[in-house]
This record gives sequence, structure tokens and C-alpha cells, in this order.
Amino acid sequence: MTVGLEHFLILSAILFSIGLYGALAKRNAVVILMSIEIMLNAVNIAMVAFWRYGHLITGQVFAIFIMVVAAAEAAVGLAIIISIYRSRETVDVEKIDLMKW
Amino acid sequence: MEVAFWILAVISVASALAVVFLRHIFRAALFLVLCFFAIAGIYATLNADFLAAAQVLIYVGAIAVLIIFAIMLTRETQQGSPSGRFRLIAFLVGAMFLVTMILVVTGTDWQVITEAPTEPTTSSLAQALFSREEGFVLPFEIVAALLLAAVIGAIALVREK
Repeated sequence: MTVGLEHFLILSAILFSIGLYGALAKRNAVVILMSIEIMLNAVNIAMVAFWRYGHLITGQVFAIFIMVVAAAEAAVGLAIIISIYRSRETVDVEKIDLMKW
Repeated sequence: MEVAFWILAVISVASALAVVFLRHIFRAALFLVLCFFAIAGIYATLNADFLAAAQVLIYVGAIAVLIIFAIMLTRETQQGSPSGRFRLIAFLVGAMFLVTMILVVTGTDWQVITEAPTEPTTSSLAQALFSREEGFVLPFEIVAALLLAAVIGAIALVREK
């Protein structure tokens, strides 16, 4: 059985759902950010697989944009986590409820 | 390529599971680095040479260091990473998403080109990004502005008042 487009797409779906579970179930904000990074990487795998099996370079261009946005998101997200930790001494998302109405 | 794909797929899925399920948060971060490396290898099996290098540079080099830095600064390693109240719902959502995606992927008749692209991708990628007619020059500039805004925002957020 040769490795084809389906294999890469299913691998990407598996990684995405692992990240989705982590982002929804975990309480530590840093672990949630790590899960979001896994999800973004999973999407990138699908993008590059579509480029490989369709020869449209737009897939790789999109993957680069996703990488840049992921870097920006990680920088701002971790800055928010650190500043919350400074004022509240916790990164547990069930205890951070300033925005809850 | 076949063997490499299966090995890298197993490594990436196993290390992603370790990130989510390990209670020790620092070990989870180290497994995240392993996951990023395996994904760089998967890009290499897909003939995306530039992206494999960019993955190692950006994710393994920058984002992983940033995350480990944040773990060190927020000293909650002794508490670990417990699961929240919605663990079961989260598992159901993830499983439903996975089943739906697998059904869609296996049920679709993909029109694929099986022969691999042989040329290095860097120059064609640059062409696609910067060409005048159908390039991505405007998104590229917007993304540059976004990065600048993110850097300034991060500095403003963590600055001592």
C-alpha cells in the first residue's frame, strides 16, 4: 500500500483532534497554547500535502503565512499568560475569570 | 519515503499524545519539540525543502524556546497540567471531529498528481510570494505589520509598570 494524499490528510486530522482535545480539556494555559500549536502544525501538514499532490504552490504560501501567524500568536499569548501570572499567581484557566460576566 | 513516513507519523502522533496526556508540563514541552521535529521530517518526505527548514528554525528554534521560557517563568510545574471539568466533552468533540474527517477524506475521490515535484521549492515559492501579477505581496506586507504589532504588543504586555 503506497503512501498517498489520504495518509497525510488522516495524519493531519489525527494531530488536529489531539490538539483540539488538549485545548478544550486542559487547565494550564501554557499547555493550551502548546495544543493550539499542534493544531496549527496539523493544518500545515494538510496544506503541504495538497501542494505535493496538486502542484499548486499556494499551499506552501499559506503554510508560511500560518507559521508567521502562529509565531505572533505564541508571542502575544505567552505575554498575556505571564502578565496574568504576575497579577494572579496562577495560570489555571478555571481560576482566571476576570472576563466572565 | 514510505518507511520514513510511517516512522515520522508514529513519532509525531505519539509525541502529540504525550504533550496532551503527560502531567509533567516541562516533559510535555520537550515532547512538543520532538513533535515539531517529526513534522519537519514529514515536510521533507513531501519534498517541501524550504518549509522543512523553516519549521526547524521557527518552531524548534523560536516557539519551543518561548514556551519553555514561559513554563520557567510561571512556576506551576509542581502542579502539573491537570484536566478540567470538560474532559469528557472535549474527548467527544475531538473523536467526532476525527471520525468526520476520516470519513470525508476516505470518501472523496481526490484528483491527485502522483509524480513528485523534483525542483527545489525555494525559487518557485519566492515567485509565488513576490510576483507582480498573481503574487501575495499585499498579504506579505500585512503579515509583516502583524508580526511587528505582535512584538510591540508582547513587550507592552510584560513590561513592568
